[in-house]
Amino acid sequence: MFKRLPEAEGAAVAVTIDGEPFNAREGDSVAAALLAAGRTYCRETPISGAKRAPYCMMGVCFDCLVTVDGVGNRQGCLVRVQDGMCIETQHSKRALGELGS
Amino acid sequence: MRRDNDIAVVGGGLLGMAIAYGLAREGKRVTVLDEGDVALRASRGNFALVWVQSKGLGMPPYTGWTIRSSEGWAQLVTELKEQTGLDVCFERRGGFMLCLSEREMETRAAVVRQIHSQEGVAKYDVALMGHGEIEKMLPGIGPEVVGGSYCPLDGHVNALRLFRAFHMANHRLGVGYRPGHRVEDIKYEAGGFRIQTPRGEVAAGKVVLAAGTANMRLAPMVGLSAPMQTDCRGQIVVTERVQPFLSYPVATVRQTDEGTVMIGDSYEDSADDMGMNLAINAVMIDRAQRMFPVLADVNVVRSWSCLRVMTRDGFPIYDQSETCPGAFVACCHSGVTLAAVHAYALAPMIARGALDTQQVGVFSAQRFHVQKAA
Repeated sequence: MFKRLPEAEGAAVAVTIDGEPFNAREGDSVAAALLAAGRTYCRETPISGAKRAPYCMMGVCFDCLVTVDGVGNRQGCLVRVQDGMCIETQHSKRALGELGS
Repeated sequence: MRRDNDIAVVGGGLLGMAIAYGLAREGKRVTVLDEGDVALRASRGNFALVWVQSKGLGMPPYTGWTIRSSEGWAQLVTELKEQTGLDVCFERRGGFMLCLSEREMETRAAVVRQIHSQEGVAKYDVALMGHGEIEKMLPGIGPEVVGGSYCPLDGHVNALRLFRAFHMANHRLGVGYRPGHRVEDIKYEAGGFRIQTPRGEVAAGKVVLAAGTANMRLAPMVGLSAPMQTDCRGQIVVTERVQPFLSYPVATVRQTDEGTVMIGDSYEDSADDMGMNLAINAVMIDRAQRMFPVLADVNVVRSWSCLRVMTRDGFPIYDQSETCPGAFVACCHSGVTLAAVHAYALAPMIARGALDTQQVGVFSAQRFHVQKAA
């Protein structure tokens, strides 16, 4: 759906999205990487289960919540990708370690 | 005087709507006059407990009144569901008050003892428990939790949905709702009331003042009094939605049906409901984390302050006017907990035209008039 601008530069950053390897670019936010990877949604809402994708890309809408390196409800647009980062689609409510069932 | 209404209820919060609901159930034609979105509106800011333990120290009948409401909640929930289809997510599995030091535990034990040793107080179960016993029911409590008290009558609800359910149910029952009708004056005339608002006059045979702190201004217009505290602010902190981990509400920490964790129960002398004291939030959050260490990783998403509706002694006021028969006043802090008793006990008395002094005489504002009370 989204294409990178021809002039876009930056070194590759290897992340996984739901376990699949993906090469993001240095400087990408997690939300940008998800869009570049062709993901059409990044989470299901906690109550109705509706699908949501990154929207405002500037920290306001909270629609791009994802699990980053095991921590749920991170705002994908405010987190920069890093080598080895594990990005996961979020289903339902955020789990709380061992206490979250 | 032409009257479209048997009864006008002033105040469209939880208290006014619960009374209006009870009056409509009695077949009365009711109109609710509400201020609007600028109102202080404690019904939007409360913590949503349906709470029994710790109520009534200093006024034993308040314990019985609270228990009666707690017992009436099941019926209220069923009726509102039938009327509106809304589930207000009422749970009554019991609730805890947790103590973070031996000293707090001693104070808690003393309060429980004092409430139960009052003459004429209604008896109910409340258990003092140590860390180990509590941990069996609330896994995940922190090592600093020394103990606490558990009362099986305590519960909680989704208070915003309750508020909406009352509005929907009242609409269905034909109750008129008029926002933007801040009451400016009330005249008692020919056995009825003419109520002045910026949007015109409303006439009614009876009037019920349920306008929270504004009752202080309104009550003298109909020969009543409502001594209120006007600067009792509370704050609430709300977290992101997380998987259920809290099986019982704690007086200061509860998890809602939708997964957010609410942290509350601060008291502060301030009349500013738009401000926020972050130092108080910090204390509330620190205590919540010491009770449930898992909260340390949970994000806060919002917080707010709200003014408590608090009579001068903290207990409800229900009163009827001697000089303007048909005028009633109701003030209380616990509009959620007492919703059932307001709908099913207080409203029928008002519908009949007189408060039953056997049941609610003790709550008259006469208790504030030293010379009359003496």
